[in-house]
This record gives sequence, C-alpha cells and structure tokens, in this order.
Amino acid sequence: MTVIGGGLVGSAIAWGLARFGVQPLVLDGADLDLRASRANFALVWVQGKGLHAPHYAMWSRKSAEAWPILADALSDDTGLDVGLLQQGAFTFALSDEELDNARADMETIAKETAGGAPAFEVLDGAQTRQRLPHVGTDVVGAIYCAADGHVNALRLFHALHMAMTKRGAAYRPRHAVRTIQPVADGFVLKGDDFSILSHRIVLAAGLDNERLAPMVGLACPLKRSKGQILVTEKCKPFLSCLTATIRQADEGGIMIGDSEETDTSAIAASSEISAVLASRAIRVFPALADLNVVRSWTGFRVKTADGVPIYERSERYPGAFIAACHSGVTLAANHALVVAPQIAASRLDATLSAFSAGRFNVEQTS
Amino acid sequence: MLNRLRDLRDPVHFSFDGVPMQAERGDTLAVALLAAGVNHVRRTGISGAARGPYCLMGVCFECLVTVDGVQNRQACLIEVDDEMDVLSQQGAPSLPMPVDDGEGSKQ
Repeated sequence: MTVIGGGLVGSAIAWGLARFGVQPLVLDGADLDLRASRANFALVWVQGKGLHAPHYAMWSRKSAEAWPILADALSDDTGLDVGLLQQGAFTFALSDEELDNARADMETIAKETAGGAPAFEVLDGAQTRQRLPHVGTDVVGAIYCAADGHVNALRLFHALHMAMTKRGAAYRPRHAVRTIQPVADGFVLKGDDFSILSHRIVLAAGLDNERLAPMVGLACPLKRSKGQILVTEKCKPFLSCLTATIRQADEGGIMIGDSEETDTSAIAASSEISAVLASRAIRVFPALADLNVVRSWTGFRVKTADGVPIYERSERYPGAFIAACHSGVTLAANHALVVAPQIAASRLDATLSAFSAGRFNVEQTS
Repeated sequence: MLNRLRDLRDPVHFSFDGVPMQAERGDTLAVALLAAGVNHVRRTGISGAARGPYCLMGVCFECLVTVDGVQNRQACLIEVDDEMDVLSQQGAPSLPMPVDDGEGSKQ
C-alpha cells in the first residue's frame, strides 16, 4: 500500500495503517511544495463546523472526543507529548452582526444535528468580560464551546512521522507523484526519477489531490483558500483561554490568524491582511499591542468546494482511496483510528458515504 | 571575548545589571556589551539557558535585553546611549496587564 502525501492527513493514515498491520510506503513532496500541514493554526476545533452538513459536525465531534486516545497512543509510540489541551474556546464578535451570524450558525447546526453537536453558550459583552477580564470593550459578545482545544501542531507532525516510521512505514521525501496509471494488478506511480507499482493507494496529497484524483476515477474539487498567521515574541502565559483566532502556544508565542483570501495564489504574506489581523487581535485583547510580531506566514487550506472533507474509495479502481480535508489537526484522530483501519481492510464504511465527492455532481473520468 | 582594536575616542556610559560600562558612541548595544566582556545577556523562556548576541543583524533574537524598563529589546538593533539602563532579560516577558487567573474560562 502506498500513501501519496506525508502531511498530517497522510501520516495519520499511514500510522493508522501500520498499527493495523499494513506497512505503507509514504511518498511525499519537497520542502517548497504547498504544505498546509506546516502552516496551520493547530486547533482541535468543532465549534461552528458542519453548517448544513450535520454528518461533518458529528464527524468533527467524534474526532475531538477521540483526540485524547490519539495523544496517548502517539506518546506510547514516540515518548512525545503533543501538548493537547481541550478546555473550551471562545469566538469573539466585534459587532452585533458578527454575534448574530455566529449565534444563528450555531443554532442551525444544533438543529440540523438534532442536538448532537457539542453544546455552546452565547455570551454578551458583559458576560464575556466577566469570564475574561482582559477582553477589550470592542467585543460585543462571544460564543463559548467547551469541546474545543488545541495542540502543538509541529510536535504532532513530528510525532506522527516518528510513530509511522517506528511501526514500519517507509517515508520517501522529494517523491512527488506526477502521474498515476491504473494497471491490472494495481497502480504505477511515476515521479521525476521513480516508477513504483503499488497494489493499493491512498491519495492524501492535499492540494495535489485535485490533480491526482481523476487519474484513478475519483474527484476532489477544491477552492482556493489562503490563510495568514502572525506570531508574536514569546511571553509569559497570558491567554488562559483559547479563541478561534488568537492562541498562545505552549512555549509562549501568541499566534493570530484565521484570515481567508479566495482570490489569490500568491505565496507571499500581505501586509494589508497582517494589519487587519493585528488590529482585530488588539481590539479583542488590548494588551497585545505591546508585543512584537516576529514572524508571519501564509498557507493554502485544502478546502473542498463545500468545506466538507472527502473520503472515498474509487468505484472504477477499488484499490484507490482518497482523503482530503481542511482540518488535518482536528480530524487526525479519526484518520488514524477510524479511516485507516477501514482502508487496511480494503473498504470504507457506509457511514462515510456522505463524504463521497459524488455530492458535487462532477464527472468522474480518468 | 571581543577586544577593541582602538581605544575609546568618544565614550558612552551605560549600565548592565547595575554594573557601569563604557562603549564607543555609535556602537550597537549588542557590540557594546560584547566588547565590555558580557557574553550572555539573557536566559531563555523555555529552558532557562544562558544566551548572548549571535547574528548581530536582527534575525536571531538571541540578544534580547530590557532597556530602560522595556523588555525583550534586540540589543543588536539599538544604538547604545548615555545613561542607558540595561538589564539582562530573564525568561519570557510578561504583558503589562492583570494576568487572567485561569478561572475565566471555567464554568
């Protein structure tokens, strides 16, 4: 079995496969390829996910609930602590309209999941400041959800790679797959200077899934979604709470993010976006104005056309599977503990059929 | 340990952790400290390891010091000045605000 892609999704599946007795080959791209796994915000997040897609809301919840099992299992395999902290999180609103929209979305998700999505609270400005005295007066309210959390994403990436290798996965960086050719007994994967025959394959190539999927009778329509993150100098623990857009990493740096640009493929960070991120962060926590920003970076989310993950087994070439999603951190537990064992057994549960790309009604041709 | 090639011509007087020091006017604070025999200027926020100026051009953030009460300043990007009160940076800075006591997010 070959896993194409060694990011958070590919390595979680590869490690999961290895735990179930399949020792996969993992083919990865090079350092300069677009890699969402090295640019993400490290949230284990359920709040607000799955609007008009209750199966996705429940899938996110399931993964967040399984995360402690994942963290323990990774620690057992590697000795690494990925810094999982699930103590709830806030989404702040800076206008009544923002609060109303957030509340409406949360209520819709609760209704669509028949109460299955994690519980939430809607707080007004005074209630928010009562819980978090250092929140600025521009904050008109917040959504609070106890199910949300975060990890150290770089350590998670490291732990997954260490764990999969330790369990027998073979990792090949700088092995970008250019073409996949279905043959009688599997697939021929070709790159710049290699050609590999594999009986079964898993596409976990992030943005490149869109190009690779049609080669094996699958589809993975993505939309452009660029995110940008600011990181401040390390400081003493300041944010005891987690928020959707501002978090203090376990080593002290404060990350500010959650921008989305849908109209650009430029890799460079934009100073206008940085200014908006910084300005909103200071309105939420005025004390941040005294901190220096030491880094900023951008990344492209692996966002499907409707924002919901794709998991599918190719009907035409049943040895080919695909996994594509934006939330490689949140869903890592599901990928390693639920999806990987199914792929190891050469099937996907009917419960995952709602995640098939057939929902986009795109023509699936090879 | 750095040695000056010439004697000081236009000395500037400053202090580091209360110890009076001299430097040449126009020196960066990082060079002034190195030339005065200071080889570490801070302890890191995570492990507490001793660190000193390294890149001298603003990218490595190893030369952080507290200058006239402002924490985490890069000594290599500041010109040393008379009366400058420089303290070694002990760990990560704290924000000048009431630190949330951790009870805030609990139910």
